Amino acid sequence: MLSFVLRRLLSGAAMLVVITTIAFLMLYAGGGDIARRILGQQATQEQVLQKAHDLGLDQPVLTQYLNWLSNAVSGNFGQSWFNGQDVAAAMASRFPVTLSLVLGATILSAIFAVVLGVLAATRRGGWADRIVQVLSLLGFAIPGFLVALGLVIVFAINLGWFKPTGYTTPDEDFGAWLSSITLPVIALAIGGIASVTQQIRGSVIDALRQDYVRTLRSRGLSQNRVIFKHVLRNAGGPALAVLAVQFIGMFGGAVIVEQIFAIPGLGQVGVQATTQGDIPLVMGLVLVTATLVVVVNLAIDLLQGWLNPRVRLS
Amino acid sequence: MSESNLFRRMLRNPLAVAAMVWLGLLILSSAFAGVLAPGDPNAGSVQNVLAPPGPGFPLGADSAGRDILGRLLHAGQFSLAAPVVTLTVAVLIGVTGGLIAGYFGGWFDTVSSWVAGVVMAMPGIIVLLAARAAIGPSMWLSMAIFGVLIAPGFFRLVYAAVTAVRNELYVDAARVSGLSDTRIISRHILTVVRAPVIIQAAMVFGIAIAIQAGLEFLGLGDMTLPTWGGILNDGFANLYTAPMLMLWPSLIIGLTCIALTVLGNAMRDELERAGGVPKKKGQAVDIVREHIFAHPEDPAAQLGEELLRVSDLRVGYDQRDGSVKQVVNDVSLTVRRGEVHGLIGESGSGKTQTAFAVMRLLPEGGRIVGGRVDFEGRDLALASEAEMVKIRGRKIAYIPQEPMSNLDPSFTIGTQLVEPMKIKLGLSSADAKKRALELLARVGIPNPERTFKAYPHEVSGGMAQRVLIAGAISCKPDLLIADEPTTALDVTVQAEVLDLMRELQKELNMGVILVTHNFGVVADLCDRVSVMRDGRIVETGPVRPIFAGPQHEYTQSLFDAILEDAPARGELVTTQKGAGA
Repeated sequence: MLSFVLRRLLSGAAMLVVITTIAFLMLYAGGGDIARRILGQQATQEQVLQKAHDLGLDQPVLTQYLNWLSNAVSGNFGQSWFNGQDVAAAMASRFPVTLSLVLGATILSAIFAVVLGVLAATRRGGWADRIVQVLSLLGFAIPGFLVALGLVIVFAINLGWFKPTGYTTPDEDFGAWLSSITLPVIALAIGGIASVTQQIRGSVIDALRQDYVRTLRSRGLSQNRVIFKHVLRNAGGPALAVLAVQFIGMFGGAVIVEQIFAIPGLGQVGVQATTQGDIPLVMGLVLVTATLVVVVNLAIDLLQGWLNPRVRLS
Repeated sequence: MSESNLFRRMLRNPLAVAAMVWLGLLILSSAFAGVLAPGDPNAGSVQNVLAPPGPGFPLGADSAGRDILGRLLHAGQFSLAAPVVTLTVAVLIGVTGGLIAGYFGGWFDTVSSWVAGVVMAMPGIIVLLAARAAIGPSMWLSMAIFGVLIAPGFFRLVYAAVTAVRNELYVDAARVSGLSDTRIISRHILTVVRAPVIIQAAMVFGIAIAIQAGLEFLGLGDMTLPTWGGILNDGFANLYTAPMLMLWPSLIIGLTCIALTVLGNAMRDELERAGGVPKKKGQAVDIVREHIFAHPEDPAAQLGEELLRVSDLRVGYDQRDGSVKQVVNDVSLTVRRGEVHGLIGESGSGKTQTAFAVMRLLPEGGRIVGGRVDFEGRDLALASEAEMVKIRGRKIAYIPQEPMSNLDPSFTIGTQLVEPMKIKLGLSSADAKKRALELLARVGIPNPERTFKAYPHEVSGGMAQRVLIAGAISCKPDLLIADEPTTALDVTVQAEVLDLMRELQKELNMGVILVTHNFGVVADLCDRVSVMRDGRIVETGPVRPIFAGPQHEYTQSLFDAILEDAPARGELVTTQKGAGA
């Protein structure tokens, strides 16, 4: 077990190094052009060179990378080129905001997907199944930001149930916080619900055909008990894998959703940094995302082992 | 199925037709945008800022005073061309990589699979943000990079398809006959992956449209080009003053994504339908009843009380065309307390279907379409599911054929034994565990404690079958239904399990329905036997007279099979293979 975790951690670390290396080379290969972009077209050539020198952009990319890496290992991800803000601090203050959106959306997805997926699977071909199928097709097809825009227009602007934009921290006012993340969480969750519902429907249908389901029922266990204890446990593995993919994907989706709802999360800082060309911040965002991917995948592997005893051995 | 055939079948699906019409209109109106809306889509004037719909502005004007309709039409060119870039890049990389990795394997396989995993792991938007920071606002380059990001979808699809067919006989034959690898790939393998790649392409096209619109909406695109996402961005910025501005680009983006998904799904459905073997129509029910050879009772035999009486049972499966295919026809049999009734016949003769029907546990689509199943004074054919739940386990129990697939792989053996006893017998956890351990010991498991804690994959097939027997008798049933309980076991274990079943049957004085294809098992265990063929009983009676003088030619052929030492499962008499035993 321990060696399994260590092995996964090592391969995760390898992935992290590969991703950050590629990202760094891509972002910093611009050299002098980067300084030009920061200063604008009016700046003189001397100013550009000076700026490039100040930022260390005149050194070979490899040297820059090694500097960045050695700093990063000790927790220093550099400063913003535009406002001097510490990248690590910026990430640390914004990560919890985005995480709360994504976690909320993931939990919502899991709950709705289990209910709808089981409903559709056990009434296969019936009207409930058909409605679930149509809804999940729509949820899958319609881009998340359109859903978010629709929610804003209907529930915030027309009905006035929520503030259309803005964010309140939970320690400031818990109720206001909940209200400020409700629409963004729903907007993020729709796509997740659609995908995970399809997965659960499929794996429940598969699991229901298994011999052991008949045998358990022959012991006098009710259909519902068999479904909710045995079938779901066995259908859980594949569904969990899809949920993990959705969880990661929602961090991407949050970029747009945060922009629509003016929520100060990672996505907002990412868009800002990207537009300005604030590369240390972009690099920080890539690093945080890649770390998250590695951690989530490890957590899912461990959960899979808990769900499926046959995985535990290998 | 060829693509033209697929296309023709899609025309019969109204949703798919609607999707194709929408996409066709979109492509045409974008292609002829210059004719439909002549003039520069970027040209606006200050006095028209946010003009309401009117002459010259059918849908109004945007915040720069530009005609929305004209911009939408022109935007189609870019918003549809950009996903084409994505798709081209993704297909080129993914399909080529998948073909090479799947067909040749080796180091390229290892490396490319790992790379595909890494690329897939990162959320696309974040990578695109980083790319935008590095290369600036170039829509084409961004969409090409997105093509790289989404290529693993094609890679995995093609890889899976190729590894599946690589070792097929016809590919081997092509290789042996001297066809070059490129010929094999283009002739045999590309035909296999073509359809799934087209379906995936429809999905990817939709995702690319969504991603591109998202980037433009964020203001990260090239603002000099008219795009749907850019128009949406402008609409969002003027949400309060001109709410209708957002409607049109949203509708176009949303409908296009839905149309592509509908199209992809419809293609998948059609391919799956074409892939399945068309089911045979249900055989017509014979009007003339076949004669059943019924052997007389031995007058000296001491018969127990009657437990189960099945009369004229018919089991049918609903077919897609609405007909019902009957797999059990007018089967009648009785089981008395303490009596073992063998049900013998080859695969597809309907014996297992009869057994499942008694427990009302027929597979999906199957149901009792006629007859009675009388048990303890009620007709189980009409009993509610709640009544059946009360009867199953407690009154009627079941031992399956294949031990390993009949234990839930995710729970320990102990949990699976304890759970029904707590529910059916109302035992406490401690009492149920104690009884489970006793049962495990009773069925001859050497170390009950260890097996109790074990998962199904940790025990042998013979052990698993003993566990299933322990489970079946755990609530002391009156009637036991055993479906080929020894077929899947090693020969040495078979005899032990049969001995165990005989002992338990005597001990608990159960009535047993023993489904088997083996006359040896019948001779060993049964008091009475019914021979089934094509869903009917052709001969029935006490075991001894049937062994002494089989009347029906089918029974005789089953005996001949034993004498020739041939497996009795083969095609002895031509029978129709149906829903299987």
